[in-house]
Amino acid sequence: MATAAIPRTGKMTLSLDPALLIPVVGAGILVYLAVLPLLMLFVGSFQAEVAPREFVYTLKNYHAAYASEYTYSTFLNSLIFASGSAGLGFILGTMLAWLTERTNTPLRGIFVPLAVVPLILPGVLESIAWIFLLSPKFGYLNVWLTNLFGLKSPPFNVFSLPGMIWVHSVGQVPLAFLLMVAAFKSMDPSLEESAMMSGANTWQTFRRVTLRLLMPTAGSVLLILFVRTLESFETPALIGIPARIYVYTSEIYLAFNEYPPDYGRGGALAVGLLLLSAVGVWLYTRATKEGKKFQTVTGKAFRPRQFDLGGWRWVGFGFLTGYFIFVVLLPFLVLFWASFLPFFAAPSWDAVQKLSLDNYRYLNGFRPFWDALQNSILLATLTATVAMVLTSLVAWIVYKSRLPGAWILDFLAFVPITIPGIVMGMALILLYVAFPIPIYGTIWVLLIAYVTRFIPYGMRAASGSILQIHSELEEAASASGASWWETFKRVTLPLLRPGLVAGWIYICIVSFREFSTSVLLATGESRVLSILLFTMFEQGQVTVVAAIGVLMIATLLSIVAVFYKFTGKIGIQT
Amino acid sequence: MIEIKSLVKIYQDGDNAGVKAVNDISFNVEEGRFYTLLGPSGCGKTTTLRCIAGLEKANGGEILVAGKKVFSALDGTFVPAYRRPIGMVFQSYAIWPHMTVFENVAFPLRVGKQRLSNAEIQKKVSTALEQVELSDYGERMATQLSGGQQQRLALARALVREPQVLLLDEPLSNLDAKLRERMRFELRELQRRLRITTLYVTHDQVEALSMSNIIAVMNSGVIVQEGPPRDIYLQPKTKFVANFIGSTNQMTGQVTKLEGNGTATVHTDDGEICCGILDGLIAGSRVVVVVRPESINLHTQQPPIGSNVIEGKIGAAMFLGEYVDCTVELGKNVLQTHQRYTLQVRRGDPVWVELPAGECMALPAE
Repeated sequence: MATAAIPRTGKMTLSLDPALLIPVVGAGILVYLAVLPLLMLFVGSFQAEVAPREFVYTLKNYHAAYASEYTYSTFLNSLIFASGSAGLGFILGTMLAWLTERTNTPLRGIFVPLAVVPLILPGVLESIAWIFLLSPKFGYLNVWLTNLFGLKSPPFNVFSLPGMIWVHSVGQVPLAFLLMVAAFKSMDPSLEESAMMSGANTWQTFRRVTLRLLMPTAGSVLLILFVRTLESFETPALIGIPARIYVYTSEIYLAFNEYPPDYGRGGALAVGLLLLSAVGVWLYTRATKEGKKFQTVTGKAFRPRQFDLGGWRWVGFGFLTGYFIFVVLLPFLVLFWASFLPFFAAPSWDAVQKLSLDNYRYLNGFRPFWDALQNSILLATLTATVAMVLTSLVAWIVYKSRLPGAWILDFLAFVPITIPGIVMGMALILLYVAFPIPIYGTIWVLLIAYVTRFIPYGMRAASGSILQIHSELEEAASASGASWWETFKRVTLPLLRPGLVAGWIYICIVSFREFSTSVLLATGESRVLSILLFTMFEQGQVTVVAAIGVLMIATLLSIVAVFYKFTGKIGIQT
Repeated sequence: MIEIKSLVKIYQDGDNAGVKAVNDISFNVEEGRFYTLLGPSGCGKTTTLRCIAGLEKANGGEILVAGKKVFSALDGTFVPAYRRPIGMVFQSYAIWPHMTVFENVAFPLRVGKQRLSNAEIQKKVSTALEQVELSDYGERMATQLSGGQQQRLALARALVREPQVLLLDEPLSNLDAKLRERMRFELRELQRRLRITTLYVTHDQVEALSMSNIIAVMNSGVIVQEGPPRDIYLQPKTKFVANFIGSTNQMTGQVTKLEGNGTATVHTDDGEICCGILDGLIAGSRVVVVVRPESINLHTQQPPIGSNVIEGKIGAAMFLGEYVDCTVELGKNVLQTHQRYTLQVRRGDPVWVELPAGECMALPAE
């Protein structure tokens, strides 16, 4: 028997030969982007500057960050803010999802795309729009309601914890909605039907089967909303800080904005937030894995059962319409309206006569706006390109090369999802302030920050499309006489393109609206649109801010339009 | 045309010692023959095919295609898949969804070593599409074809390069029963017409029996029996082969006497049976006597004394249209038999089964 069985560590079928170099370089880049800043943050949080450029190791920062009573009120605020937003966002999202997916509410079909529309509104603008509506001094809704019912004091005050919870949770609703729609859609109707055949009535079926099946998903959705709220900084910055309601993220921001900036305490706070977020993400991944047990998708095509609401369906319709008008449409309208005003005023005949394009004319000659717009567009496109090139390479190594240790790359590319935006900013400050190459204060440090933060999104898009390609499609090319390169060029790449384009555009959008990382890193010439909005709003130029907001939304809408055109055209149904 | 010598393929299974998916197999496929690897899933048949295609690198042995060494563990030869003179049809067909039917077929001509002119490509693709009767579909997107058409398209793509060897990996398993039957016939006709050496992998015994010149039955990474379809069906050499090909009745027993001429008497729980016997078995060996359901004769009256007649009663009778499927309860064993549709029996009726000695075979019990 001539079988000198040569021991081989893995099977490489279609991988190219200098294949080892690429994974190593990929791992190096990922470590540099995702791990090094965290390391610097960790080290920095234990350091104190005793003399210029002279550091000692100390626990003083942690003492300053966590041992004061003041910190506990911040923690309590964060907790209330995050659980309130998660709860409210979840309830609204689930209601919308259930009404549109599982009931016979009239016209429910058109509400599905409408429910997702708020995703286009950057968090900063969401907060600004609700301040326009609910500010106790000049908020439109307050003014109207006070006049209408002759109230003594305005009914709403956005500058409060409940106000923050409301503003942030309506921004979270689309996410909760999408996740719950997926859960409702994947539910096998025969599970409910067999409960009915066993003698359970509609309510019993809903309570004992439908609800129980949704439990794991609901838990993980709540968790992800909680973590995202904890990490967010838009509402805490625009509403929380003026209202003197401080949460975890604003605490980090303020430590940095003190004079002199207290990097040590900021770092110590950031480490804590990072750990919280990491635990949340860990629990979430565990929960979704657990949830597989409850997975109700069988690959068989089915239509979920529809509940007949009877007369109640008009109540459902009313809820959907009300939600759409007050929560989705009103913020857009108020921004649009305000952008034509010379100063903030409620809609009235007087105000209509004052409407003009002055704000837009002003912006036309306003240098900082054009600089910020240019930075934002440049960063969005560069981030999307770099992230997609990097992640498609990494995803290919992870899922196709079958190299030993490829999972390490997968893990490294997942790490950034645990890094809250403001923590990323803090870590990069610590890393690049003393960096030999002077990139701090330029848009390049923002590029690094964005790419790192959005690598996980890129991974999802790239790995999704790579996994979709049946390996026999590539093998067939090989068996037809195509070399590795020909296979890649003529088969793999064309099949990947739609998924990669979708990922590119998604990253473009999230980069364009990014705020919580930029707020620490974007200064002077590297200012981006969201930061310009923030500073100008703080300075009180509210109607100009509204005009910038309208232009920003227009830009985002055109990106989305291009996205639909692309995915519609080159989307391949398989 | 294809020569396989002592092929070994090991899959690394975590840190454990590898699993031998293919364990030292050797066979030859002569030019123009239709050779089938038949076996249950996980028996190593597809792995063998993929080693020949060059999609997997074997760990030991040698592979020659068209007289040329394409793999050898001894001197490290490994010709990549795209340099081997093969055409292959995949189980999923692997039709590229981003190309038209024409472009799918033209692909092997466009990427090959020798560059062809557009006119030549046009001509060759047309011929290939004609062969599989898809001439009218050239400009369609490949995904618009039906299952059977996609299957033919995959075949055209595999043939357009005029390969020396055609490899087929369960090409019919994704089709519905009616279509599968027709494609079986068409595939065989095409192979005969082109006289192309074909290696076919399947788990379906009907496909293997109806299409092949030679069948190799595989189990757990080794070839258990190799031969023409008739031999495989009528003279299985092991219990596994008898069981895998068609349904089989088994009665365990012990050889009491060798009669010479390849026959013997076997003592079973339900009496003495006279049957054929495999070489090498001796008196006293533990054996199983195998007999096919359609070989058994069923009598409702006791036949005049003949050998191999056992009395029993009907356990169940199912009318299946083409035939009646009966189970007969003997003393210890239960036999399954297929009888003409005219047979009218009911549960509990006394019957006599006659086992023709020439169609019973004693095989080693293990």
